Amino acid sequence: MILAPDDKGLYCPAGDFHIDPWRPVKKAIITHAHGDHARPGSKSYLCALPGERPLSLRMGGSVQTLAYGERLTIGNATVSFHPAGHVLGSAQIRVEVGGEVWVVSGDYKREPDSTCELFEIVECHTFITESTFGLPIYRWQPADQILNDIRSWWQGNAKDGKTSILFCYVMGKTQRIMAYLKKYENDIGKIYAHGALQQMNEAYRQSSVALPTAPNPVDMEAKHNFSGALIFAPPSAQGTPWMRRFKKQVTGRASGWMRVRGRRRRLAIDRGFVLSDHADWPQLLQTIADTGAERIIATHGSTATLVRFLREQGLAAEAMVSTPWEEAEEM
Amino acid sequence: MQEFTQLFIALDETNKTSAKLAALQAYFQHAPPRDAAWAVTYLTGRRPKTPVNAGQIRRWAALAAGIPDWLFDESYEAVGDLAETVSLLLPVEGKSAPLTLAQWLEERLLPLAGKTEEEKQLAIQTWWEELDQPGRFVFTKLLTGAWRVGVSQRLVTRALAAALDMEADVIAHRLMGEWQPDDSFYAFLQEPDTSDADVSKPYPFYLAYPFDDEPTSLGEIGSWQVEWKWDGIRAQVIRRGGQIFIWSRGEELVTERFPEIAEAAKLLADGTVIDGEILAWSVEENGAVLPFSQLQRRLGRKTVGKKLLSEVPVILMAYDLLEWGGEDRRTTPLYERRQQLELILTKLSDHPVLRLSPVLVGESWRALEQKRQESRERLVEGFVLKSKDSAYGVGRKRGEWWKWKVDPFSADVVLLYAQRGSGRRASLYTDYTFGVWQGDQLLPFAKAYSGLSDAEIREVDRFIRQNTLEKFGPVRSVPPKLVMELHFEGIRRSKRHKSGIAVRFPRIARWRKDKPPEEADSIETIMALLPASERNLQ
Ligand SMILES: [Zn+2]
Ligand SMILES: [Zn+2]
Repeated sequence: MILAPDDKGLYCPAGDFHIDPWRPVKKAIITHAHGDHARPGSKSYLCALPGERPLSLRMGGSVQTLAYGERLTIGNATVSFHPAGHVLGSAQIRVEVGGEVWVVSGDYKREPDSTCELFEIVECHTFITESTFGLPIYRWQPADQILNDIRSWWQGNAKDGKTSILFCYVMGKTQRIMAYLKKYENDIGKIYAHGALQQMNEAYRQSSVALPTAPNPVDMEAKHNFSGALIFAPPSAQGTPWMRRFKKQVTGRASGWMRVRGRRRRLAIDRGFVLSDHADWPQLLQTIADTGAERIIATHGSTATLVRFLREQGLAAEAMVSTPWEEAEEM
Repeated sequence: MQEFTQLFIALDETNKTSAKLAALQAYFQHAPPRDAAWAVTYLTGRRPKTPVNAGQIRRWAALAAGIPDWLFDESYEAVGDLAETVSLLLPVEGKSAPLTLAQWLEERLLPLAGKTEEEKQLAIQTWWEELDQPGRFVFTKLLTGAWRVGVSQRLVTRALAAALDMEADVIAHRLMGEWQPDDSFYAFLQEPDTSDADVSKPYPFYLAYPFDDEPTSLGEIGSWQVEWKWDGIRAQVIRRGGQIFIWSRGEELVTERFPEIAEAAKLLADGTVIDGEILAWSVEENGAVLPFSQLQRRLGRKTVGKKLLSEVPVILMAYDLLEWGGEDRRTTPLYERRQQLELILTKLSDHPVLRLSPVLVGESWRALEQKRQESRERLVEGFVLKSKDSAYGVGRKRGEWWKWKVDPFSADVVLLYAQRGSGRRASLYTDYTFGVWQGDQLLPFAKAYSGLSDAEIREVDRFIRQNTLEKFGPVRSVPPKLVMELHFEGIRRSKRHKSGIAVRFPRIARWRKDKPPEEADSIETIMALLPASERNLQ
């Protein structure tokens, strides 16, 4: 086994390192800076070069980097990072030991995203794939269409003098939408970002991702008028007193989970946008085929479903157990 | 069809009655009459039989999506709604076909009845391809008929009345009559001569206001009429123009559901309107009210069979006389109306179906308060206090009519199982089964769906996902850790329940984070809440 889970995470004996460990380890190699992949406390961190700022922000210290495609020898293993298209700096991690190649996908999507590099197909013998949206009900519309929907939603609300509040994850989704809206910031209205998003926005800007100006609403004077504005906020801000400063508000949420009506309504938001940074079902199957892998290990999400389906298609597939992972999150 | 799809989605995505009403009204203002008639047919649960069943829909959708049946089932489990699952699974996204709702139904769906299974499959799969995702969802909803958009007949009535600028009572009456989903629907509803409807017209119900003060604050006991607060269906029985109409408080005409009351009401003189409570009533000995659960058996159906009629007989417990001799008597004081009501019913020499709600007399408020403690044993909810001088008003007003309920039952219970909600709650574990102690075992005792805040629901959901012990289909078991305070209104013996007990209106009052599960209630404590007559049965 080139990679196998131990009690701290996915371990590579040949190189004595862990990938996305969930407990502190000596050497952690990280696919991307989302909380379910990067956890603080390890002695050293290594990530793809564009992911440096987000990861060091999250880990609270400096991290080592390697450019996409560059190879690094660690013990008897050769490690390289390849774009996963998920968020800024997200990488698939390729590990080669004695001619056998394993790829850990981390989280990925196949669609273009202006805030990160496009997913790259890496051929391998064993592909460890995420399966967050591993059910055939998850099929995305083209992202441009959804981004355009978000824009016209904001525009319509602004016309009615309302404040649009869009709930998105702190890293990735927020910046992806903000980057798209940059060209409209002066046409439609002002953009603001909740305090919890400010540092990550800054990390993106420092990584040369162009984002619109988005001050923290809390920094505005007491009776500031937010009508016509678009406010980005983390989902945890929903229903908090923070929201009260916005009169005549309309709420939205951008997430792949919005595909299902029940989830949408359960959140008591006015509008759900099906915009995901993960592969949908067709993309999962396509990617698995593209890698040419003879063995598939599913992790993260609907693993059992994907595995059973792949096996029925004649593939050697199995689920990786023991990742402590919360079903309700999409990161 | 597109307008109807939008209507359906609008109704489905909001909990607010005002928003639903606005969506319905807007739809009825613009929809062709024929489409509107079909929409009403579906929204009021009168849809025609569809020539395909859920099993076929499942199979054909799985085939069209190119997935095995088990994967369809897993998808269905995640979505919680068959039609929605179908709409999400099919890859091709067509453009909504430019047919009206009536055309979809009359030219496509209903004619399928005579076709072979293969023909049906081909037709439905083709239509699925023609539609976009929302259209496919609503079209499949037309096939499955499992509509839970929270729209009552009353709301449809109000929306039609507003859209057509008609009186709601007239619309309600006409909707109960004979009509076909055709082009004359609006003309029929809008017919300006309303004499057909006037004869059936009920008065607005006057409702009692909740009382939570000291009764002495009401002053002299002698100026109040005190009655039991019966726990049934508030209704008006109307005898006019040689006809009988029974209206429930939901502004629904329910005449056909209660034939024994309709029959008895023939004995009333023409031009009489009585306000009262429909109750399930045991005919044995002196008669006694049956639990509400029995009455519920009569509610589910539009027509009642012989068996049910004899198993669950109903009576009208008469409260008030609103019209007599064809005249509106609502402004005469209650004591006069009551006198007249007593006179009318006495003349029927204690009719077994038309009964007079007894007036309770006490020396003092204190004496009455003691009597009130019998409420549970009597399967009533407490007292209603009416000022003897009061007119019969409109709606719920403070001051003259009070309902003085007994407190709900309460028990501390432990979460044992959880199931995903349906419809709008399909993604979260919101349907809970709670247990109480029997020795050192937890016995499943009651199910509850409501009472927690959204934040608490999410917290419980997280607990369930992270602590699942076992999965049985959609149900998960969890370690007994969470304690909730459960409130309920009624309690009775039940052979169908494992605990031997069934409770009514169970809901979560609060999450007792302060209580360890060991301190939850035991089945013995709960048995003690049973009415005395049931307490010692085994
Ligand atoms: Zn992840
Ligand atoms: Zn992620």
